Amino acid sequence: MGKPVQQVGRVIIRFAGDSGDGMQLTGDRFTSETAALGNDLSTLPDFPAEIRAPAGSLPGVSGFQLHFADHDILTPGDAPNVLVAMNPAALRTNVDDLPRGGTLIVNRDAFNDRNLRKAGYGANPLDDGSLSEYQVHDVRLTSMTVEALKGIDITPREAERSKNMFALGLMSWLYHRPTEGTIAFIETKFANRPAIAAANLAAFKAGYAFGETSESFAVSYEVKPAKLAPGLYRQITGNTALAYGLIAASVKSGLPLFLGAYPITPASSILEELAGHKRFGVRTFQAEDEIAAVGAAVGASFGGALGVSTSAGPGVVLKAETVGLAVTLELPLLILDIQRAGPSTGMPTKPEQADLLMVLFGRNSESPVPVIAAATPGDCFEVALEAARIAVKYRTPVYLLSDAYLANGSEPWLIPDVDALPSIKVDFATEPSGDGTFLPYARDPQTLARPWAVPGTPGLEHRIGGLEKQDGTGNISYDPDNHDRMTRLRAQKIAGIAADIPELEVDDPDGARLLVLGWGGTYGPIAAGVRRVRDGGGKVAQAHLRYLNPFPRNLGEVVRRYDRVLVPEMNLGQLLKLVRAEFLVDAIGYNRVRGLPFRSSEIAEAIEATL
Amino acid sequence: MSEGNGRNGRGGLIQLAAKDFKSDQEVRWCPGCGDYAILAAMQSFMPELGLARERIVFISGIGCAARFPYYMQTYGMHSIHGRAPAIATGLAASRPDLSVWVVTGDGDALSIGGNHLIHALRRNVNVKILLFNNQIYGLTKGQYSPTSELGKVTKSTPMGSLDHPFNPVSIALGAEASFVARSIDTDRKHLTEVLRKAAEHPGAALVEIYQNCNIYNDGAFDAVREHKENRIVLEHGRPIRFGAEGERGVVQRSDGSCALVEVAEVGEEALLVHDEHHPEPSLAFALSRISHTPHGPTPIGVFRDVERAVYDELMEGQIVAAKERGGEGDLGALVAGRDTWRIP
Repeated sequence: MGKPVQQVGRVIIRFAGDSGDGMQLTGDRFTSETAALGNDLSTLPDFPAEIRAPAGSLPGVSGFQLHFADHDILTPGDAPNVLVAMNPAALRTNVDDLPRGGTLIVNRDAFNDRNLRKAGYGANPLDDGSLSEYQVHDVRLTSMTVEALKGIDITPREAERSKNMFALGLMSWLYHRPTEGTIAFIETKFANRPAIAAANLAAFKAGYAFGETSESFAVSYEVKPAKLAPGLYRQITGNTALAYGLIAASVKSGLPLFLGAYPITPASSILEELAGHKRFGVRTFQAEDEIAAVGAAVGASFGGALGVSTSAGPGVVLKAETVGLAVTLELPLLILDIQRAGPSTGMPTKPEQADLLMVLFGRNSESPVPVIAAATPGDCFEVALEAARIAVKYRTPVYLLSDAYLANGSEPWLIPDVDALPSIKVDFATEPSGDGTFLPYARDPQTLARPWAVPGTPGLEHRIGGLEKQDGTGNISYDPDNHDRMTRLRAQKIAGIAADIPELEVDDPDGARLLVLGWGGTYGPIAAGVRRVRDGGGKVAQAHLRYLNPFPRNLGEVVRRYDRVLVPEMNLGQLLKLVRAEFLVDAIGYNRVRGLPFRSSEIAEAIEATL
Repeated sequence: MSEGNGRNGRGGLIQLAAKDFKSDQEVRWCPGCGDYAILAAMQSFMPELGLARERIVFISGIGCAARFPYYMQTYGMHSIHGRAPAIATGLAASRPDLSVWVVTGDGDALSIGGNHLIHALRRNVNVKILLFNNQIYGLTKGQYSPTSELGKVTKSTPMGSLDHPFNPVSIALGAEASFVARSIDTDRKHLTEVLRKAAEHPGAALVEIYQNCNIYNDGAFDAVREHKENRIVLEHGRPIRFGAEGERGVVQRSDGSCALVEVAEVGEEALLVHDEHHPEPSLAFALSRISHTPHGPTPIGVFRDVERAVYDELMEGQIVAAKERGGEGDLGALVAGRDTWRIP
């Protein structure tokens, strides 16, 4: 409408409000509009574990940060350029992250005495000059929404609840987002409740129109599509990608997928997603507890299924005994640990990567388990396939590590060509050897894997169990030398996987003397931090581990090649400990456990300090 | 998977003998253990299933009884303490073509694995659970178990156990198991009959077997093992009588509980008629309360046998329904989703 349009390269918006204000939905919709426009993007939902903390309170604030750009980006952004605060508590908990000069859009209607008091404000910050360093857009979001919905047959409360759609409409105008997707979404979501659909549509359109006409907004912004690799894209979260990866592993191996799970944050959405895909023959079993969940998965694996159990740290720790059983049974099994801040219940919705040593060593005796970790939401798909490949080929439980950040965060994902995905070879034992005997613990000379003989196969009836087994026959054995041999065989089998995984690639364009070595969900912030340092002329190499056990076979050579090795982790130095112990390298840690992803700026600072 | 006859082996086409179910492993229970009798009964009963050996799986937890699968020439897994019902659930739910048996003990099933037991029963998973109850921890050399009587003096309770014991049949009925029975290790005929009925039952079956541990708890069941007049043998549709001459019987009081009476005093028509198919488990539960730990007259036989939807069939049914509604899953369509955009 004649207002000037300003081109910008990238924007970081944070929506913040009460947990009942619908901020996650608002963020999701804005993300979809942004994806449809073709920007690169990365999101960070940040919400409390409480479903509904007391309205207006500081602990009840729910946030959603979205970073979008006309070029490739790696993180949801360190600090927002724009903060949408739906109430005083949201303002108070988020405004310190907004740099001076940043844009602040507030819902004035929510700044009443009661809410101000709950947020701990003595005076109204909208009136006392304390926000003078920001570009404040002081909008009566609630009352304008209610006004716009007059004549629609809904309760006053329902009208007020539509204010998030007003905010979404306003932001959609401000950043030139396409609106068709959101309109279609509202129509579908509320198809059975026409009045609610009408209200949400009216609020959304009123917000958009308000942007066009209001004098408060003089300029709108345009962020051109990003030049990503050509192809068909969608946005995806880590947990959805894991679910799809598991289904793909089932399709590509021909093994029916069996998921045993017990609800736990932030892993439950994998169970929920898979429960909706029974058309793929997926069996989901919501067990009575974490132990039964993984036990049932082992039982299904014994029967020839791809047995999977999903959980988070406090649940994974309960599964340790069964994982140990799977180690000695030498059956395929996937255990997905969506890590969250601990110890104990910790901070259920917040990410951490402090379960590494637990999954490596948290079992009795010598019980080696391969461990692999996802780097980005989209990477979760590939990692699920790779975990399944290793489990099936080597007849071993495999731990897959993700975290709460990858689980809920989303990014554009180049949709894979499923026909081009390699198949996962399954070679069930089908008949006894020539003399009619069957040796359940005979080993493939290459992989050291034992035969996988499933019930129903004539002539291969055999018994396996947790007691030590005689090499070859699998009969119970207490022979000292046999136990030593079997212990070493199990270790060799897992160590040997190193020959079957790619070498670690190092990104080192400038011949650096410092290597930054990360693993798992910190890939984005580390890569962005490295990029910052290089933009400033610094020389730094980066490598990121997917395989934590066994390590890539060249890791020792890589870490010894550099004068200094910096290991940033969202724990107190777990990979650091392994690298130092394994390779006698004096690596340095950068460790923060704030329950939030690293900021690229802090990684850059840590690199600068180490250079 | 091999061709074969119906679920749970009903149909009987394959000819096998007891020896075909003996594995090449040396049986290593203590001499005189009640487990030998149960193993022998099981091996001679197995051919009746008419199932090929490869379609039968025994899964156990930990304890003396848990060695059972090693001695059966079928598929088997000796797993971890208490978890056999959970592991068997995964197997039975994903392989409806198999006959899955769980062998467990009183500690394994009712202490460390109590949670898995009740959930397998309430879900009606197609597993047959044989609970060898000897009222003691044998493998760990003689501590009291969750079925040991109050005041029991053992190595870990020198002044007597403080724990009120579980009654396994009551627990199973409380979990609304669709099949619950009890038998005695040395009564080969009765045990075989109960095993047969359990095997035929579609869904979860719990069979408590009184099993004598002659080392750590010898004579625990003498009241019914040795004194046959104390066996209240439950038979469907028959008035419940017991005693050397059938001179005693069971009546139901107005509050629902059971009482033992002299038949001559009350008359046969006053006796309780057993109904194992009663849809409510209350009658069976009342019968289970007659004897908490068997020091006197104790019911054996099938307490309850009712039809209820079986877990694997329900699970399979949802898969079939989903495919009927939306067709076989298409991986390409799944990963592409609905909201896509193309970068040229």
